[in-house]
Amino acid sequence: MLDLINVSYDTQIPNNVGLSEDRKVLKALEKWHPGYINWWNDLIPQNFQDSMVYLRTAVSVDPKGWAKFDYVKMPEYRWGVLLAPAVEDRKIPMGEHYGEPAWQEVPGEYRNMLKRLIVIQGDTEPGSVEQQRFLGLTAPSLYDMRNLFQVNVEEGRHLWAMVYLLQKYFGKDGREEADDMLVRSSGSEEAPRMLGAFNEETPDWLSFFMFTYFTDRDGKMQLESLAQSGFDPLSRTCRFMLTEEAHHMFVGETGVGRTIQATLDAMNANGITDPYNVGKIRDLGVIDLPTIQKKLNLHYTLSLDLFGQEVSTNAANAFNSGIKGRYMEQRIDDDHKLQNDTYAVTSIKDGQILTEDVPALTAINMRLRDDYVRDASGGVGRWNKLIAKSGIEFALKLPHEGFHRQIGVFSSVAVDPDGNIISAEDWAKRQHEWLPTKDDGAFVQSLMKPCFEPGKYASWIAPPKVGIDNKPGDYEYVKLHMA
Amino acid sequence: MNSPLKQHLIDPEICIRCYTCEMTCPIGAIQHDDNNVVVDPEICNHCMDCIPVCPTGSIDEWRVVNTPYSLDEQYAWEELPEQQELATTSPEEDEVDASVARLLAEAHAGAGGKSKPPASAAKPVINLYNLGKPVTLTVQGNYRLTRDPDHDVRHIILETNGLPFPVLEGQSVGIIPPGADGDGNAHLPRLYSVSSPRDGERPGYHNISLTVKREGQGIASNYLCDLEKGADVQVTGPFGATFLMPNDPDARILMICTGTGSAPMRAFTMQRQRAGGGEMAAMTMFFGARTPESLPYFGPLKKVPEGVLQQHLVFSRLPDQPKEYVQDRMLSRAEAVADILRDPGAYIYVCGLKEMESGVEKALTTIAESTGQPWSALRDTMRDEGRFHVETY
Repeated sequence: MLDLINVSYDTQIPNNVGLSEDRKVLKALEKWHPGYINWWNDLIPQNFQDSMVYLRTAVSVDPKGWAKFDYVKMPEYRWGVLLAPAVEDRKIPMGEHYGEPAWQEVPGEYRNMLKRLIVIQGDTEPGSVEQQRFLGLTAPSLYDMRNLFQVNVEEGRHLWAMVYLLQKYFGKDGREEADDMLVRSSGSEEAPRMLGAFNEETPDWLSFFMFTYFTDRDGKMQLESLAQSGFDPLSRTCRFMLTEEAHHMFVGETGVGRTIQATLDAMNANGITDPYNVGKIRDLGVIDLPTIQKKLNLHYTLSLDLFGQEVSTNAANAFNSGIKGRYMEQRIDDDHKLQNDTYAVTSIKDGQILTEDVPALTAINMRLRDDYVRDASGGVGRWNKLIAKSGIEFALKLPHEGFHRQIGVFSSVAVDPDGNIISAEDWAKRQHEWLPTKDDGAFVQSLMKPCFEPGKYASWIAPPKVGIDNKPGDYEYVKLHMA
Repeated sequence: MNSPLKQHLIDPEICIRCYTCEMTCPIGAIQHDDNNVVVDPEICNHCMDCIPVCPTGSIDEWRVVNTPYSLDEQYAWEELPEQQELATTSPEEDEVDASVARLLAEAHAGAGGKSKPPASAAKPVINLYNLGKPVTLTVQGNYRLTRDPDHDVRHIILETNGLPFPVLEGQSVGIIPPGADGDGNAHLPRLYSVSSPRDGERPGYHNISLTVKREGQGIASNYLCDLEKGADVQVTGPFGATFLMPNDPDARILMICTGTGSAPMRAFTMQRQRAGGGEMAAMTMFFGARTPESLPYFGPLKKVPEGVLQQHLVFSRLPDQPKEYVQDRMLSRAEAVADILRDPGAYIYVCGLKEMESGVEKALTTIAESTGQPWSALRDTMRDEGRFHVETY
């Protein structure tokens, strides 16, 4: 009898999908495995590979004991294939097949669409690890280093999850796509990652936190919509990935929050009340709030681009065919078919930004982006509470959705953060006020000095309020290997 | 009439609104608006599925309340309210509480005055379940700890079946033996000290263990020692708000115990090991029994590293050896004990049979005087500072 809750270790690859009885897929995965390990080993600096890191590993998909914390060397992390338990009699929750039993095999007519969605999702996972590969060297604490590595190994596991689907359900094409995941590389000239945001650099820790807050949140929204899929194995995979993804949101939100807190504390300790007194604030070894706003502007807008075109027939098809749903589809009170509904979408007419109603089916991307904006604004509100509490007059805000966009209706115009269309000339003149400049980057970079003593934190970031796994403040989250 | 209940809450200052708990909850007890994520007290059945999936640690928050905080109240919070002091309203409960309070007061009498909890102790939940409303726990295991036929001491593990039963090390629970006494009245609960740490006998499982010695005609102890795996037990508590351990990792702890008085000491030791082990200040234990065969946890104790716990296992019935009691060993290690007495941040715990009290008291008097402090004054100071605790029966 297959144990679908606890993870089986009877193959090289921990799994709860009965791999040991699925010879063909097992063989394919075992063939893929060494390439993956090579990719990992080439990526992360050697002394970190040899360090003991306090990581959580998923040992069960049962919520009560789904992860266990222990010291592990990253290359020995048990990457595995884990699917959330099947929901009995699950029905397709949207589109023209609404109410039919969920598919356990790939429906022929949607094969390519499904494969493409899985490949795009899969491609982002190793991409972010590549972007973050050198951050360990400048970690502001062992706590943060541990969080970085946790994010990294889980992105690695998410790659495994997508590769499993490709190899199990898509035959030869699937195997080729799985191999290509390890060929493409973030920022590469000849074979870049598929999505723009995953080819940008993550040069410093504030970028990392902004990335995990904004860009991983796009990942969360995408996983949420794929978790609605009528293709049940994809749904179950994504549901389990979401549990892990939550940790990435946590790293992002608390990382930015702690950066802000250190700035506020330093300003108050030195009697600086003007947040725009940038030079003086930077002299204190903390990051001034206007620079944090610029970083936010950059990462937020790169992430908005990940949602694609506002009006999209691809998205409509994916929804209509029951492949990809909306955020929290099951909680939306409508017919889940959207044949006669409309949705308000922003567009540009005669140099004016306005909204117009379009068929709701074609506006699936826009709707997900709106849900994303709402979700992302929550953390900004909580950061502002920290600022308000300190008595300093400043508020972070999300820029207008048209600001600094490369994809969608706004890609053809320049828009300032308040949502005014401006000339290309004005944009060139003023963009340094809104986006991080070389100097800003160099300053943040100058603060990126490693701090590897247990319980100590770099000047620019405050300690966390709660330890991981309830550990005390000076817990040695990473036992560094000293070469 | 409201009886106090335990309410599951989420700390809005720590929560990042990822809604993973909401997605995980199998019965839809968790919901959110644009401000907070909240738990509906009408729906939540404390199944604990949401606890491990939370990435932040904000979800493991509980308050004992007479009236649960409503969803609207929770939505409006910017921070979690403190635990309120509760007054019970039912005379019946008062009476039961009074009987438990009396038992505990007797057990703590050896401290020579009103005990106080350590300043850094976690806040205990007490009286969550009472005689009118006991909780049913299930026996997960019942293991014999001793190899001495005259001393049948058991390690009994109780599963909480997903119900909240938050205990801190040093707290006790009431066990209600089934049946009635000679006058036809139902048995009153007997108190047993918990021997597992706060996150459970198995970490994260919140199951609890008891250390029970079979007493000749003892109704509760024979009932407990004979329990088989899978049996249900009626339990009240938790009880006790003073005999608690300091959370301060730098606090040294001296533990003096005999027999099943080792139960809270085992819990203290496990909690320290789980919280950081060797990085914490040392603990010292004087533990007396007749022979190694009758000393509960003799085997497991041997595995606790010296850096965590300095052990003095003292035996009074070894063949060819003079009788040695804990107080004898304390005197022969007077300098080590004196060093702890001089430390204004050290804590002393005494637990075991009433008979051990006078010997221990005398040893402490002698050693304290060698440091130039009269024991009675030092004891009162330590007790007022929550640093001296006695529980004997």
